[in-house]
Amino acid sequence: MIALIGLAIGVALGFVFEPTVPLWLQPYLPIAIVAALDAMFGGVRARLEGIFDEKVFVVSFVSNTIIAALIVFLGDQLGVGSQLSTGVVVVLGIRIFANAAGIRRKLFGA
Amino acid sequence: MEASKTGLAGVLDLLRPRTTWGQLVGGVLCLMLGFAVVAQVQTTKRDTTFATARQDELVGILSDLGQRSERLRGDLRDLEETKGKLERDAQGGTALEEARERATTYGLLAGTLPAEGPGIELRIDDTRHGVRAMHLLDALQELRDAGAEVIQINEVRAGVDTYFLDEQDEVQVDGRLLRAPYVLLAIGDPHTMTTALNIPGGVVKTLRGAGAAVSIDPRAKISVSAVRSR
Repeated sequence: MIALIGLAIGVALGFVFEPTVPLWLQPYLPIAIVAALDAMFGGVRARLEGIFDEKVFVVSFVSNTIIAALIVFLGDQLGVGSQLSTGVVVVLGIRIFANAAGIRRKLFGA
Repeated sequence: MEASKTGLAGVLDLLRPRTTWGQLVGGVLCLMLGFAVVAQVQTTKRDTTFATARQDELVGILSDLGQRSERLRGDLRDLEETKGKLERDAQGGTALEEARERATTYGLLAGTLPAEGPGIELRIDDTRHGVRAMHLLDALQELRDAGAEVIQINEVRAGVDTYFLDEQDEVQVDGRLLRAPYVLLAIGDPHTMTTALNIPGGVVKTLRGAGAAVSIDPRAKISVSAVRSR
């Protein structure tokens, strides 16, 4: 519940302040967002499966976003940034789908 | 840990507020996520062309633009020069010169003037009568694609409306019967045209498959003497 309220407040704040993403963050923010989405879906799924742990959620959320951004940063340094970010997005996308499937199974029993 | 619940009960259970530190931290994280999503979406909306492009893409775009502007600057210089000449000469000598030059260019393209220049001779020996109109058309198109400016097929000059027709064992071009061997003279960059004809599965391969012997001879000077009647 608090998470949902937080999300709503965050979106509202974003619309109110209309922030500009700083230039140095621009290549990494989209990847970090996708990683965070993955962590969020994972959290919802764990909650539905009754194995949700707040500590695990917080740690995985933070570490996922940071690692995703780090991988892209490292890729940029190595000159394979665009390919690596594609790879990261693909992997995270697959995970999001898997989590969504878990949620669906719990919610609808199908 | 609570037992897992499914269906509506599970959703309602999710929405039940619990105030622990972990929940609050999770809420704050989700707040940041929402904020970041909106920020990113707004940024993407504002400028989609360059903001999301990576460094190497930007470098490519920049160098493209550099080349383009260099070319345009060259054009500009030429045109300025022409303009200056035209202004200086009252008799209209330069204008006449320009017009003649243009007439020559168009004449070459239309096939009404003989031409000379570097190019290739493509010789197709068709002893088994396997070469059809289609093959010759393919060869002509391939040469055009490879930048051939002037093309002659045996004694016929190719133009924009050149056509090929199958006539029993022979091939007709623009209404004239061609006798094997077919010799195509093309003026253009010899290397490019040779490469284009020789690509795997390309014109040469197809012609050989049809039973013809094909030879390509790049030459520094090819003269195309056949012209099209106006």
